[in-house]
Amino acid sequence: MADENQSKHGEDVSRRKFLKNSGIAVGGLAVGGVIGSMIPWDVGDKEEQKATKNVKNKSYNQALMYLSQAEFKTTEAATERIFPKDEHGPGAGDLGVAYYIDHQLAGSYGFNARDYMEPPFFHGEKVQGYQGRLKRREIFRVGLREMQNYSHQKHKKGFTEITEDQQDNILKDFQEDKVKLSTISPSGFFNLLRSMTLEGLYSDPLYGGNIDMEGWRMRNYPGDQMGYTDIIEGDFKKMEPSSLRDHM
Amino acid sequence: MAKKLPKTDVVIVGVGWGGGIIASELTKKGLNVVGLEKGEERHTEDYYMVHDELRYAIRYELMQDLSKDTLTFRRNEKIRALPMRQYGSFLLGEGLGGAGVHWNGMTFRFLPYDFEIRSRTIEKYGKNKVPADMTIQDWGITYDELEPYYDQFEKMAGISGEENPLGGKRSDKYPTGPMKQSPQLKMFKKATENLKYHPYMIPSANLSENYTNPDGIARAACQYCAFCERFGCEYGAKADPVVTVIPVANKTGKFDLRTHSWVRRVLHKDGKATGVLYTDLTTGEEIEQPADVVVLTSYVFNNVKTLLNSKIGRPYDPATGTGVIGKNYAYQVVKGAASGYFKDKQFNNFAGAGALGMVIDDFNGDNFDHTDLDFIHGGYLSLTQTGKRPIANNPIPKGSPTWGKEFKEKSLNYINRTLSIGVQGASMPYKHHYLDLDPVYKDTFGDPLVRMTFDFEDQDRSLAKFTAQKCSEILKEMGADKIDAMEELGPYDITVYQSTHNTGGVIMGADPETSAVNNYSQMWDMDNLFVVGATAFPHNGGYNPTGTVGALAYRAAEGIMKYHKNGGMLA
Repeated sequence: MADENQSKHGEDVSRRKFLKNSGIAVGGLAVGGVIGSMIPWDVGDKEEQKATKNVKNKSYNQALMYLSQAEFKTTEAATERIFPKDEHGPGAGDLGVAYYIDHQLAGSYGFNARDYMEPPFFHGEKVQGYQGRLKRREIFRVGLREMQNYSHQKHKKGFTEITEDQQDNILKDFQEDKVKLSTISPSGFFNLLRSMTLEGLYSDPLYGGNIDMEGWRMRNYPGDQMGYTDIIEGDFKKMEPSSLRDHM
Repeated sequence: MAKKLPKTDVVIVGVGWGGGIIASELTKKGLNVVGLEKGEERHTEDYYMVHDELRYAIRYELMQDLSKDTLTFRRNEKIRALPMRQYGSFLLGEGLGGAGVHWNGMTFRFLPYDFEIRSRTIEKYGKNKVPADMTIQDWGITYDELEPYYDQFEKMAGISGEENPLGGKRSDKYPTGPMKQSPQLKMFKKATENLKYHPYMIPSANLSENYTNPDGIARAACQYCAFCERFGCEYGAKADPVVTVIPVANKTGKFDLRTHSWVRRVLHKDGKATGVLYTDLTTGEEIEQPADVVVLTSYVFNNVKTLLNSKIGRPYDPATGTGVIGKNYAYQVVKGAASGYFKDKQFNNFAGAGALGMVIDDFNGDNFDHTDLDFIHGGYLSLTQTGKRPIANNPIPKGSPTWGKEFKEKSLNYINRTLSIGVQGASMPYKHHYLDLDPVYKDTFGDPLVRMTFDFEDQDRSLAKFTAQKCSEILKEMGADKIDAMEELGPYDITVYQSTHNTGGVIMGADPETSAVNNYSQMWDMDNLFVVGATAFPHNGGYNPTGTVGALAYRAAEGIMKYHKNGGMLA
């Protein structure tokens, strides 16, 4: 497995070098469809990959159902900027948010299974809500690709290779619709990324994020308690959280 | 060709609060009732894993599957209506108990003013106080006439509360005492008393103590677990049809409940309903259920949809203001609220109950003078403690970044240091706010979706500004260091959750020309068809609607018994 990764990685570097050397870069020209094949994903080196993995406890939940390795790494980097590790506690990376997102996109939420997806499709007012044809998993994949393209266009490097400030600026441009795209709504993608990040931070650990309930602990949220009859009339109380696993 | 079943006395369409109450009252008196419910059966045992914000609150586990049926929305007739493809502004319940399962349990009575809103407003402020296109009308029933039915609903559900000092006259006190008071509720009480207002505990369907109701149904006290709205109650402490009226109906042996049954038409001949046509969702089979009396008891949109698709009643025409089905759709104005940030205090915001809170009615109905105000009615102001779950609640002061390092720091800091005062603003009907059938979009069976035409009006904007200022004043008195008031209402936005308090469309009244049902919820145009629910509200008051829905359902049940005996129009 390691050998295979390395050989792919090797290919990637030379391919990237080729693109750089030959001066092929995607400009701001908006064309129909996502430009994908020319822009490489950054897979990163072996050491870097190891560092981003949560190696404390081997969790069999931490593998991918939908995203590619490269898409996963971009997701991990972007969600970490939305909720970074700092002196207050872990960030999205340590809490497994990217795994959470991958797993959700693979399931009914990614397929918009319980949304009305019937045609015809028309552009509407913002207050009428999402009216697109694409499912969330498609929006997410296209969004990651567009973010990668935009990073190459601005910095000649992929999203995981630029500085944190540069990453923040790219996310901000998506949030504020400053990126001109013909495929998806940049802010729509950003909002999906942000809301799924919050879900991954704070949903029950059964979904793959909020690892060891550290997301809850950080904000003094006690998770799933049977009740609060004893404390409801009292002053603020810090409690050790408990999860649905404790109900099994 | 549909399979035709033997005739029953009464068939009800949708088994939530309305259907459950009708079923229990009629079967107790010996009638045979068939209950058709589109969704699945539910039990308290299903909620063992219910403390799951993602599954229930964010992914809407208990709600109607929008891939099969939704509605379309436009702000006005110039705009193309488009489907509500995902949930936002309100949530449609599905399954046994309906929206009565996922509610919070706040159980108010409307004010005497509400039932006579048009005549009282004109009497006090003159004709010009009511804008030309505002279609408020009296309900065809007074508060005093409806009072015994409120009492009946409250005793069945075991409502916990204390008397509203500014409310209508009560024949009896609440069956159980008010819920526990947390420190923030005490702060609200003190602050509003300092401001010379009249605070009282929210009447709650989350039981404050163990209770046995007049039907002999015993339920346990609420544990303040903070998972009410959008969740089912694993303790049965929150009154819902599944733990109150449905078991009573079942016990009689006269209630035939059929889940997975999607009613598509009310069948009728020569001005009388003959039964309903439904699809068994497990087999796809079309079934005809004949009945002497048909009762529509689903949520607002489905009641209207079923009538219009069955071609019953006169569809409302906004151009002329004539017709009644779809008329006077109204909502709730909840945005004129305020949040306060407390530097040096922390609260147990994670704990609570759906109906735990304290409220004032000093700015509700006509409890205050409107002479110099450019709106009528008002709403209650409240501090509630329903449980701030972590995905949905990340309060930060206005203008703060919504992601990144600063967002993290602020949201972690403020989560237990923020208190909000909310408002339940009344919603007035307008000539151009209505429900009809969409010409383009269809449900899973090819039936047209309901189309909603609705927006906020100047009345709503003025009301929101007014209530937001009052909310801010209370927070200031409570000692908040920083206050954000939400004064600007903006256009109605179907993507942002506001309230599942949709009303109107099959409104009640004293005049068949301007209303669809009489005060027994009996259709003027078809005397053996009753339409029960918030569809009957000619406008929406400044309260949560379930108490009034329950009272009207008890009155409808009485009317159906009368009709079964003697026939004819009841009012």
